[in-house]
Amino acid sequence: MSALPADFLENLRRLLPPDGLLTAAEDLAPYECDALSAYRRRPPAVALPRTEEEISAVLHLCRLHDVPVVARGHGTGLSGGALPIEHALLLSLARLNRILSIDPLARTARVQPGVRNLAISQAAAPHGLYYAPDPSSQIACSIGGNVAENSGGLHCLKYGLTVHNILEVRAITIEGDILTLGSQAYDAPGYDLLALMTGSEGMLAVIVEITVRLLPKPERAQVLLAAFDSIANAGVAVGQIIAAGIIPAGLEMMDKLAIQAAEDYVHAGYPVGAEALLLVEVDGVNEEVSDGLRIVYEMVKACGATEVRTALDDMERAKLWAGRKAAFPAIGRISPDYYCMDGTIPRGRLPEVLVRIAELSEEYGLRVANVFHAGDGNLHPLILYDANQPGELEKTEAMGGKILETCIAVGGTITGEHGVGVEKLGQMCVQFNSAELEVFHALKAAFDPPGLLNPGKAVPSLHRCAELGAMHVHHGQLPHPELPRF
Amino acid sequence: MNIHDQWLADCGERIRQAAAQQRKLSIRGGGSKHFYGNAVAADMLEMAEYDGVVDYQPRELTLTARAGTRLEVIEALLAKNNQMLPFEPPHFGTGATLGGCVASGLSGPRRPHAGAVRDAVLGVKVMDGRAQVLRFGGQVIKNVAGYDVSRLMVGAMGTLGVLLEISVKVLPCPDGECTLILEMPADKAVETMNRWAASPLPLSATVWRAGHLYVRLSGTESAVHAAMPKIGGERIPEDAAFWRSLREQTMPDLAMRPLWRLSVPTTSKVLTAPGQPVIEWGGGIRWYGTDMPADTLRALANQAGGHATLFRSHQPVQQAFTPLAAPLATLHRRIRLALDPHGVFDTGRL
Repeated sequence: MSALPADFLENLRRLLPPDGLLTAAEDLAPYECDALSAYRRRPPAVALPRTEEEISAVLHLCRLHDVPVVARGHGTGLSGGALPIEHALLLSLARLNRILSIDPLARTARVQPGVRNLAISQAAAPHGLYYAPDPSSQIACSIGGNVAENSGGLHCLKYGLTVHNILEVRAITIEGDILTLGSQAYDAPGYDLLALMTGSEGMLAVIVEITVRLLPKPERAQVLLAAFDSIANAGVAVGQIIAAGIIPAGLEMMDKLAIQAAEDYVHAGYPVGAEALLLVEVDGVNEEVSDGLRIVYEMVKACGATEVRTALDDMERAKLWAGRKAAFPAIGRISPDYYCMDGTIPRGRLPEVLVRIAELSEEYGLRVANVFHAGDGNLHPLILYDANQPGELEKTEAMGGKILETCIAVGGTITGEHGVGVEKLGQMCVQFNSAELEVFHALKAAFDPPGLLNPGKAVPSLHRCAELGAMHVHHGQLPHPELPRF
Repeated sequence: MNIHDQWLADCGERIRQAAAQQRKLSIRGGGSKHFYGNAVAADMLEMAEYDGVVDYQPRELTLTARAGTRLEVIEALLAKNNQMLPFEPPHFGTGATLGGCVASGLSGPRRPHAGAVRDAVLGVKVMDGRAQVLRFGGQVIKNVAGYDVSRLMVGAMGTLGVLLEISVKVLPCPDGECTLILEMPADKAVETMNRWAASPLPLSATVWRAGHLYVRLSGTESAVHAAMPKIGGERIPEDAAFWRSLREQTMPDLAMRPLWRLSVPTTSKVLTAPGQPVIEWGGGIRWYGTDMPADTLRALANQAGGHATLFRSHQPVQQAFTPLAAPLATLHRRIRLALDPHGVFDTGRL
């Protein structure tokens, strides 16, 4: 028996091609979770439309029957944004996977939401162009999911997040309106709803088409590796590089455990035994890269780097990056499970935050590997745990929560690029007060008055915050004084 | 209570009063962009006293200032650290404030290459229509917690609330900069600007005016030197003054009224019916001093995939911006109500 009304399913089946609706248990299993696999729920049904018209029809039917909708791209999200909801239809956009057009002169690509991130850069490559945001999952993740999560990647300091690299989004509301947000020009009249839609985690409308900005491939990109015998020194080096006026295309830091795991896994040639490693990529025109690398070299040396190497060719460069890009699966090899955090902090606060993480690691008895987008302050501590040990997941989540609260305390945020989803609802109560959360709820209601799109994700209810008892003291006042406490 | 807390308390009181009396508040920084947007009749809420840089961390590439802080002050402070606002904002007068800059969302010549105001805004503190102080975003570059209300505020012309504090990303100033001039017709210039933008050149601004294409290169001295022969043309002296006169619209080409701003896809073909344009942003902005009817210009911009704004006029402007399609207009109204349920800031300026 499905959790959805029989007449709804019957109508839905009529709207979609024969292979467009999944209801058998074995077909639904792959949709139980996204890449945050600790959370699972079997959806009652999965719709797989192929066209915008089919999506419109599905949404219209959901509205008629008051059935909630969870939109899903390729399921690589890391915060449970696409986790199925009981009594809700899962709407997969994976079959809308066509690149509609590429305009090499205007440097734009018009794509459907199910197109893979990397496929855009591959299609643009013959024109010397590429799409800049490159989340680590770029071979698999969908551009629609990237917009929904405002995904980042390794090159955000210089090239920005998804929100900086898209021009226009076409989306369908639950009321059936087709919205064009942004434009093919540099701006659009009215409020910046393109920014509001980006990172809205499927809560406002269903994205059916995206126009992305393509950039010319830099003439040259070179990566420098620097090893340090202390994390603090590596942290200082990051500050010095920025202070010298260099905006690296990529600036990554890994700690000892992450270095070792990555080296064992992909043999990138990392200096095993170093306490910290920096990967600094400088790109641009040839002369600029030479000048930039020289300055970076001087800076890391002055900060006590024990070893400095530059990749001599593209192959070596790819190898150095391969270690970093494989850091997550590498950790997966040395621990039965790991939990990936995603806080952002002001870069200068890194040393104290790492000390705090080490303390927490001791306190909870869980190992932590740190991978850090040092350029933009986005920290990915990976907590190593074993889900088969009773209570260890809960302990891990509790520790993760503490790490995120540390990020807020130093002026940062609970999520830099993975989104809130279901995972960080509790921490949202710490980062925002009830008036701010109410604005988020009101904005959702402006787009989605019946509240049918991905309900319960990304923004916690005020009751949830009160029950969690997250004592967020904002402007000297207790949160939610209007709500009863238990 | 310090002067800023006192100001905040007074501001809250003004908003509550306005809501109670069903009056509207028009927010004013330095008044330098008074000409921009629809003419409004509302009480004035002055921001100039709510000023001062709150935090500036050169190594973090971030700056936070109160909305009434003058742009001049911020730019001078950044310059001491060899940094700048990436979006090269027009001031349009000595009183221009950070709040006005963000509320109007107007960016300068560097926009296609370093991003717009909205791209640099990291977080805001605002007072909404219920006189609540709210914070969105933060001081870090990557932040996806909650909807992006900070960027929603950019270009909202003060119709969603009072910007109190704004955090922006800043960038190092380039070591080298030079401007080259080439003689060519407008359509050739548009094609050339796009072709260059699709190749790895250190461009930082382009404009076509009066039969000439101007190209600014920025970066390390070596990068600028290496790029010069690829562009060709002649180097112009006093290039900073040239770009300032474009940005501030003090050059004679932009003196005509009414002055229209057509924002179109960069490769759009050049319309000559409204007259000779000034073409900025790699082809993305076309300025026309023309008496052509608004509907005609809007239709032309729309056909090209863009929109037209009546930027400056001798008369009070009734409809500066392109009207929104029905579903978008409804959405705008609902969004305004979410932040300003009593319509205190619903001045009609946008």
